[in-house]
Amino acid sequence: MTETNKAEATSQALTISGLDCFYGEVQVLYGLDLVLNKGEVLCLFGRNGAGKTTTLKAIMGLVPSSAGSIKLAGQELTGLPAHEVPKAGVAYVPQGRRLFAEMTVAENIEIGLMARGKGKAARENVLDLFPLLRQRLRQRSGTLSGGEQQMLAMARALCLEPQVLLLDEPTEGLMPSMIAKIRETVSKLRDMGVSTILVEQRVDAVLSVADHVAFIENGRNRETVDVEELRADPSAVRRYVGVG
Amino acid sequence: MHFGPHLLLAALEGLVTSAVLALTALGLSLVFGVMRVVNVAHGEFFMLGAVLAWAITTAIGGHPALGFLAALVIAPLIVGAIALVAERLVLRRLNYNPEATIVATIGMLYIIQQLALTFYGPEARPVEPPFSYRILLPWFGYSGYKLSVIATSALLLIATWLVLTHTRIGLVMRATQYDSETAQAFGIPVGRVYGGVFALGAMLAAIAAVLIVPISQAHYLMGQDPLLLSFIVVIIGGLGSLRGTVVAAVLIGLSDGIISMFFSPTLAKIIATLLVAMVLVFRPQGLFGTASR
Repeated sequence: MTETNKAEATSQALTISGLDCFYGEVQVLYGLDLVLNKGEVLCLFGRNGAGKTTTLKAIMGLVPSSAGSIKLAGQELTGLPAHEVPKAGVAYVPQGRRLFAEMTVAENIEIGLMARGKGKAARENVLDLFPLLRQRLRQRSGTLSGGEQQMLAMARALCLEPQVLLLDEPTEGLMPSMIAKIRETVSKLRDMGVSTILVEQRVDAVLSVADHVAFIENGRNRETVDVEELRADPSAVRRYVGVG
Repeated sequence: MHFGPHLLLAALEGLVTSAVLALTALGLSLVFGVMRVVNVAHGEFFMLGAVLAWAITTAIGGHPALGFLAALVIAPLIVGAIALVAERLVLRRLNYNPEATIVATIGMLYIIQQLALTFYGPEARPVEPPFSYRILLPWFGYSGYKLSVIATSALLLIATWLVLTHTRIGLVMRATQYDSETAQAFGIPVGRVYGGVFALGAMLAAIAAVLIVPISQAHYLMGQDPLLLSFIVVIIGGLGSLRGTVVAAVLIGLSDGIISMFFSPTLAKIIATLLVAMVLVFRPQGLFGTASR
């Protein structure tokens, strides 16, 4: 490994190369390449059905990959059973939150803590980040408002104290004040050194929180651009998504 | 005997049925609730529990209580181990596909039944109760052992509820039940949970059988009635709901005991079946089940 390659490897939190994924007989990802640098927010942007959610599920081992590699700080994740991936340090906030709705807020948080054997300190850190949840610990999570549920979904994932956080459309269906709160939290997490892959449909959200944007089309990463370049020339958004 | 004492006797008999039924149905309900597997072989795990109880008490000899206590511990463990092997060899390979597992568990039913016939034989064999104390009420004497069955079952149901609601194992089981994919994303080894739940379900059926075998005898075809009644209980109570299972088991057991004594056992079965039909039409998720996940 050359010095340049070594420097790149140490600055990369997660690398995906040549990833192929299938749902049954249907191929969804075609040799996908992606690089997430440490402490940055990488946004996956693209039309519905482009393969953004599948990419996140493939990282979590929830969709099996037939070719390619996913490395977390050099550790190969492909081939690991799905339940071992969070233990390696990847946390996932699925689309639609997918909370354990019949369980209380405290129980949902407990599930998050169990994955990597985290204790009281991790729980307190997370509750400090989302103080509103502290007042709702005994409430059934299914009875929370949409915004509170999203906070709980993020809190549950952050209990793992992950190196890499995967967020799938966290602002979907939320009111503007809550969207601002979620954006603020993502920025705060970046400052805390958490590397994040964010799937997002809103251009304003992408431009405000991302460091890099990967345009996903037909299961391929067409182009990864710096967000500053995108602000200066948003033509890529129009080219791949038809808006902006 | 006057109507009052007669009703009390019928209710006590019904409660014994309820106690055993609640344990058996809880096993079936847990397996379906967590794994989404309709275990048609559940009654055979019940039968295996009874047959093993006979084998263990016969092998140990001595005071009946000694053999019975050994059976109460060893028989469920053996049945649980058999269920675990069946889960690994059959259900896991079918990827827990709901339709395929129904067919596979029908196959398991016949295999277990025929193995019992081959090695145990067609005879019904008695197991001595651990004690034969009779409680003398003002109107009639009643078996102390039957009352102990009700008490043991109640204790086991409370213990199961405590495990499910107050322990980490229970939390893991409930998370798997609600959303197995998300559970995996939080480090829960869903495959191992499925294996454990299938074994636990079979063990609950085996414990119920060990408790009832001093009253009803062990026979290789004795798994059929508990299977049918367990399905009735879990459909009425709501698949996967512990509270629903207990309430439905008490309802079915009491109505079976009382109607059988005052009218006929056939009428009791007709009413139970009618109740199932009504629940399926008006509340398909059962009395305490949730409509969808």
